[in-house]
Amino acid sequence: MRGKGRAVCLGADIDTDVIIAGRYLRTKDRSIWAKHVFEDLDSDLAPRLSGAVIVAGKNFGCGSSREQAAIALKEAGVIAVVAPSFARIFFRNAINIGLALIEADLGCPEGETVRFDLESGWVELGGKRSRLRPLSPHMLDILRAGGLVAYWRVKR
Amino acid sequence: MSSLSERILGARAGEYIDRKVDRAYVHDGTGVLTLEAWKGMGSRGLFDPSRISVIFDHIVPANNSTTATLQHELREFAKGSFLHFSDIGGGICHQCMSEGVVLPGEVVVGADSHSCTLGAFGAFATGVGATDMAAIWLTGETWFKVPHSIGIRLQGAITGAAEAKDVALAYVGQLGMDGGSYKALEFIGDGTGSLCMDDRLLLCNLAAETGAKTGMFYADDITVDYLARYGQSAGEQEKEPCDYVQELEINLADVEPLIAVPPRVDTVRAVRDLAGLPVDQVFVGTCTNGRYSDLARFACMVRGNKVAVRTIVVPASREVMKEAIRTGVLTDIVEAGCSIGTPGCGPCLGAHMGVIGEGEVCLSTANRNFRNRMGIGGEIYLASVATAAATALEGEITEPGVP
Ligand code: SF4
Repeated sequence: MRGKGRAVCLGADIDTDVIIAGRYLRTKDRSIWAKHVFEDLDSDLAPRLSGAVIVAGKNFGCGSSREQAAIALKEAGVIAVVAPSFARIFFRNAINIGLALIEADLGCPEGETVRFDLESGWVELGGKRSRLRPLSPHMLDILRAGGLVAYWRVKR
Repeated sequence: MSSLSERILGARAGEYIDRKVDRAYVHDGTGVLTLEAWKGMGSRGLFDPSRISVIFDHIVPANNSTTATLQHELREFAKGSFLHFSDIGGGICHQCMSEGVVLPGEVVVGADSHSCTLGAFGAFATGVGATDMAAIWLTGETWFKVPHSIGIRLQGAITGAAEAKDVALAYVGQLGMDGGSYKALEFIGDGTGSLCMDDRLLLCNLAAETGAKTGMFYADDITVDYLARYGQSAGEQEKEPCDYVQELEINLADVEPLIAVPPRVDTVRAVRDLAGLPVDQVFVGTCTNGRYSDLARFACMVRGNKVAVRTIVVPASREVMKEAIRTGVLTDIVEAGCSIGTPGCGPCLGAHMGVIGEGEVCLSTANRNFRNRMGIGGEIYLASVATAAATALEGEITEPGVP
């Protein structure tokens, strides 16, 4: 689980209503969520997310349990989300759909390159590496499989 | 020296565990995704259909043909697989599960963030995502990180015009929107004995607004009596002292009518500080404040008067609605000029039935006031039923009088 991407910075307490508004939930078409992600925050943001690592403030993903929020980010091309803390259901959802989350405080390095390796447990910004609390082996298995659906599809 | 979560989950705070669940429920919103994920896992069976509930509450009745088609598929699946199924009008999932389904000591998962409501029974009840839920449908178990616990010590009894909702806003204001992150809130102290089940369900409901995994009360004689009304026999849970990571003390008698100012539920002020602010809509209902005692209190305050702004009242369940019809509470509410919705979430999530317009202000008894939640460009103030009633009668934010 290695990756890198360009930092796109957001504030603290980003809630799932802001990630994907309730009015777009009644569909199974994932491209709609990717297109409207963060629409109420900044309507120019969605096209800039491909290949991005979102670097946010604390409590990212708070609010409703809608899994579409994590899916929307993944579909929009987000590589990983870095934040000092995540709302717990969002955290579960992201792991379950195979979106990498990194618990770290990187400040606001807009446009800089962020690298990470979840298996070895580090994140790197501007040549400075910080250690991460390791995910459990079970969680890493799920991420490696590309999410819980794929994990169970192959597991007997 | 264990917390209630540790006792129920059988492990120490901080540990990752795999645990069997006693009940699993989804609603029409998360159920659609759960079904899709379950199919993606190979449609390989259901751990126990009688322990899996599918409850239609979020967009009921369906608002357009897309929703109707999605609901149709889930409905047919639930019926065909002999799941515990509640169709439109049965009520909000958390409320339905609180009507004699969830019992003390159980591990309960719901695909909704307010599943913590059911911790009021002394159960470990928490929200999970739809994909999590699909794996639970399949295996009957999931992983948890056993939470550390925050003790909220309640003293005395609520007095004056205040309600349990004001107590909830008080602790949310103190803890903040992430003050309970990853943790369980345990409500303890002598004051718990003065709170009925409706109050306890409400206090656990708002735990989600602090980011907490759940809120919990120990099952006592009040819990046992409540469940007996639904034909369930349950035992009390013995209270043990516990080392909490944080303790908060609230003297219930000190709590006054409070209001959460948009767009944050933890921006909490006294209602009187905002008195006179005009509102366009009042909404009474939701998994926070749509129970029978709420409707009865509202009816008591509006009886014989007319509301001054459009007011929507949505009973939390069919059981609540039946009781409100039987006792005449619903008649009083309709005669006061309010509009009644199908039991369910109503306009809480801004999808239908009472969406607010740009620049409009809604005084709601719900639990969330995020930007645009009830409609683009609209603002939501959160308060108690009494504050909602006083506000509906005046058309502007009004502190309720002492009954
Ligand atoms: S009433 Fe509102 S908060 Fe409660 S479950 Fe329904 S949408 Fe969620």
